[in-house]
Amino acid sequence: MSAPIIEFKNVKKCFGETVIFSDFNFKVEENEIVSIIGPSGSGKSTLLRILMTLEGIDGGYINVAGESLWHMPWQGQYVPANSKHLHKMRNHLGMVFQHFNLFPHMTVKRNITEAPMRVKGVSRAEAEEFADKLLQLVGLADKADSYPNDLSGGQKQRVGIARALAMKPSILLLDEITSALDPELVDEVLDVIRNLVKEESFTMLLVTHEMYFAREISDRVCFFDKGAIVEEGEPEAIFTQPKEERTKAFLNAYIGQ
Amino acid sequence: MEFGEIVSVLLQGAVVTIQIVAMALPLAVLMAFSFGLIRLYAPAPFKQIAIVYIEFFRGTSALIQLYWIYFVLPFFGITIDAMTAAVVALGLNIGSYGTEVVRGAIQSVPKGQYEASIALNFTSSQRLWRIIMPQALVNMIPPFGNLAIELVKATSLVSLITIGDLTFKAKMLADTTLQVGEIFGVVLLFYFVMAQFLVFFIRRLETHLSKGLGRGGLHS
Repeated sequence: MSAPIIEFKNVKKCFGETVIFSDFNFKVEENEIVSIIGPSGSGKSTLLRILMTLEGIDGGYINVAGESLWHMPWQGQYVPANSKHLHKMRNHLGMVFQHFNLFPHMTVKRNITEAPMRVKGVSRAEAEEFADKLLQLVGLADKADSYPNDLSGGQKQRVGIARALAMKPSILLLDEITSALDPELVDEVLDVIRNLVKEESFTMLLVTHEMYFAREISDRVCFFDKGAIVEEGEPEAIFTQPKEERTKAFLNAYIGQ
Repeated sequence: MEFGEIVSVLLQGAVVTIQIVAMALPLAVLMAFSFGLIRLYAPAPFKQIAIVYIEFFRGTSALIQLYWIYFVLPFFGITIDAMTAAVVALGLNIGSYGTEVVRGAIQSVPKGQYEASIALNFTSSQRLWRIIMPQALVNMIPPFGNLAIELVKATSLVSLITIGDLTFKAKMLADTTLQVGEIFGVVLLFYFVMAQFLVFFIRRLETHLSKGLGRGGLHS
């Protein structure tokens, strides 16, 4: 078996006095789709934010695609990463946010083309061609010239997905991407992800409260509580025969098994 | 004195006032942006310098600043003409307020915008100039508009360092003709028209810059 594409080793993370992870270990294999479920405040989103370099760590190591994410080799030792190293590492990763975070001053199309052009140096023609393809994929080809504020929540999030995909990340992080949406808009966003994983293989790490979706799409489901993985396994096993009491209680509250 | 003559003398003064505004405003904007960005992003010693500048010029009287630059600096061997002194004093004074406008507007851009631009791997300068600043500019325009109008009105102080601006000409005419009603009526109108011109221009700028940034949308 090849080395995992994501590996957390003894990771420690605190916010002031509050300890989120004290000694956290976690692995994701290439092309694996992993759902993270659990109560709020259990560190689910923090895990994704650390991977996206939006939050630092206070101890331990994280490897992404065979290289240390938050550290770099220097004179035979590992030292905290500088901005150049982080810039390089971020190329592996893409993220879709709960609150979309689209750039409101840019059209939908420019939201998608800006980063490939400015960061990767892709030509405008090439970036726009790929953006058209992505907009087709998320079913918003007719909205290319609209501004984000003219879109519905579900449409915004589909643009958010297209924008992340435009950078061709090998790892996609989805942070509660339907939590801010009205219930009737959830499926149009989840359908995009369903189609996406049918067409291409991705390493995907998603934090979600959509249990049915997690069960259907994941290779593995991890139940998080208080900064630790309480239980993990194949979705069927976790959802139909949870072993841990805390998992049972959580799932009961959610789906009323 | 005939009304037409009064208006023509006052117009000469208004031209001087407009000249001062036209030079002090760019200086104020330059100071506001450079020191606003220093205040936010520069290393500590530079931040301290920015704070000293801001607090000194906000915390003391504009008239006294003008007197210092024009009357006191010559004692230290720095002599500048009245017009330059007026532009420098007013530009630095209004600029010090503008610094806080720039800082506040940048800080008011939602955190999610920074996070999305990190996730898309923009460099820190791309983040500032392509993502944050275009949104911050829209927030800056209304308070900058207020400052521009403040500047127009503050120019009347320069009449006290021998510059023949609108206020200076008005006082001169009033002293010689005693037709105070007509004179100060016209002066009032002139200042008002200048301010309205700025208001018009600022509105246009705001409309232009806020494309896509429809009001009321919290998350985009």
